[in-house]
Amino acid sequence: MKRNIPLLIAMIAGFVMIVAYFIPYTETWGDTVIVWFDILAAIAFVLGGGNLLKVHLKKASDQVPGWGYSVVTIIAFVVMLGVGLGKIGVNPAAKYPEFAWSGSYREVGAPFWWLYEYVFKPLQATIFAMLAFYVASAAFRAFRAKNFEAILLLATAFIILLGRTAAGPALTSWFPDSIEGLEADKLTEYLMTVFNTAGNRAIMIGIALGTASVSLKILLGVERSYLGSGEE
Amino acid sequence: MNSSNRLWLILFIIGAVLVAGRMIMSSNGMGKAYVQAVPVNPDAENEDHKWTIYEQASLTDYNKSVLADPNQTEYLFSMSRTLGVWFAALMTIFVLSFLIRDNPFYKFAEAVFVGISAAYWMVVGFWSTVVPNLIGKISPDLVRNWALPGLGQDEHSELLYLIPLALGLMLLWRLSPKGGWISRWPMAFIIGVFCGLRLITFIHADFLSQIRNGIVPLWVEDSTGAFSFWLSLRSVFLIVGVLSCLVYFFFSFEHKGIVGKTAKLGIWFMMITFGAAFGYTVMGRIALLAIRLEFLFDDWLWLIDPTDKRVEAVVSMLGLF
Repeated sequence: MKRNIPLLIAMIAGFVMIVAYFIPYTETWGDTVIVWFDILAAIAFVLGGGNLLKVHLKKASDQVPGWGYSVVTIIAFVVMLGVGLGKIGVNPAAKYPEFAWSGSYREVGAPFWWLYEYVFKPLQATIFAMLAFYVASAAFRAFRAKNFEAILLLATAFIILLGRTAAGPALTSWFPDSIEGLEADKLTEYLMTVFNTAGNRAIMIGIALGTASVSLKILLGVERSYLGSGEE
Repeated sequence: MNSSNRLWLILFIIGAVLVAGRMIMSSNGMGKAYVQAVPVNPDAENEDHKWTIYEQASLTDYNKSVLADPNQTEYLFSMSRTLGVWFAALMTIFVLSFLIRDNPFYKFAEAVFVGISAAYWMVVGFWSTVVPNLIGKISPDLVRNWALPGLGQDEHSELLYLIPLALGLMLLWRLSPKGGWISRWPMAFIIGVFCGLRLITFIHADFLSQIRNGIVPLWVEDSTGAFSFWLSLRSVFLIVGVLSCLVYFFFSFEHKGIVGKTAKLGIWFMMITFGAAFGYTVMGRIALLAIRLEFLFDDWLWLIDPTDKRVEAVVSMLGLF
């Protein structure tokens, strides 16, 4: 019951997807299963939100160091959830003015849009932007040109950065015709279409083979680690 | 007060003084947002079905409109969006302050981001998936009379969708301290579907298509039919690169002798690939950083004007258009 039924569910769900690809009659089965998958993925966000609330409520109630930030998280979560689920400030859709809830939850000007536009978006973009510094400094420490492989990596990154910006062509456009292939933009193009394509192609083949074999192991019940330790 | 807190206080005061100075010295101010009021009246016979939406407008539009009619009500200063620009700017600075070191401002921004993003994805999942695909399937009449009046009239209740509902509720059981095994059923479903889907798509889109695209002629002729040395060399590099990288991934033989040398060549090809990926990652992040800096200096502080929008606004204010 606790282990065999989940194995059976994974097997049936997975093989329905495979069969749906090969037999046109069963195509709708696959579509239905995909919709169910999307529903569960959406409910998984509820699980994530619930877990976040649980963790931070506990921190706040125990008053562990930094519990004030947990309160901020809870307030931000509750406010965003409230205005989004309640469609606060959203007008009805112009086509259905008699239905108060028919408007889009993303309506421009509504509080949910405001929070997305002026809080979520800038914070997300800035956090990702900060990675520029950390990627660069981590790479500098990790890939210091100690050997030929590291030199290859750094040189390629340098050429790509130069070739994909205005600086590259500006610095190398004076090269004579006999070595024009070494101009930063042309060299970048060559690296991308030949060396990068070759490496990526092999990596993708490897990933595909790995994914296929792990998927088969899971569907056939050989790989069961996703079921946990089995203590409960 | 320790030296660290003193430093932060000084930085905060300097920042506040600079921003206040910027506000006072500029005739137009900074960080303001304007909107255009657009009345919506879809049902002319019913006065209750009337509202106004506010679309983003520029300072130029506002100035032109005020110049033409000082009492106009079409273009307005938007307090909520102005506050939004200021809040976004503060959040941006708070996050960037982490570059100096971890501090309470960054922690505050981080806490806000965690809460907001978790709720955002929940709301998106609810309105775009749960309502149309779950509640709409189980009880289409309810959804039609509530949030999706455009839902097809031929949609009938599909009780089969009680299964994903039950699986969803079982998934939420994970929050409970007891009976954790109950959530294994929906987890198994998610993993099973994912595996089935990936098995097919990876074999089809990655494995087979990559091999198909990798089989190219080594003798390449140009458009005139003459042998092209450079195009042929390109094909040779491509095939040698793919094969040598695959040899590196092949662990059934010890990487010695010819196998080792080929694997070594594969490593060099992969280093070039990783270098390209690294270069693009850094470039993408720097582009994002440039966008944030542009937001701070253009949209908030109004210190730069790359699209000449405020130059136009000044010109329009003077009536020179």
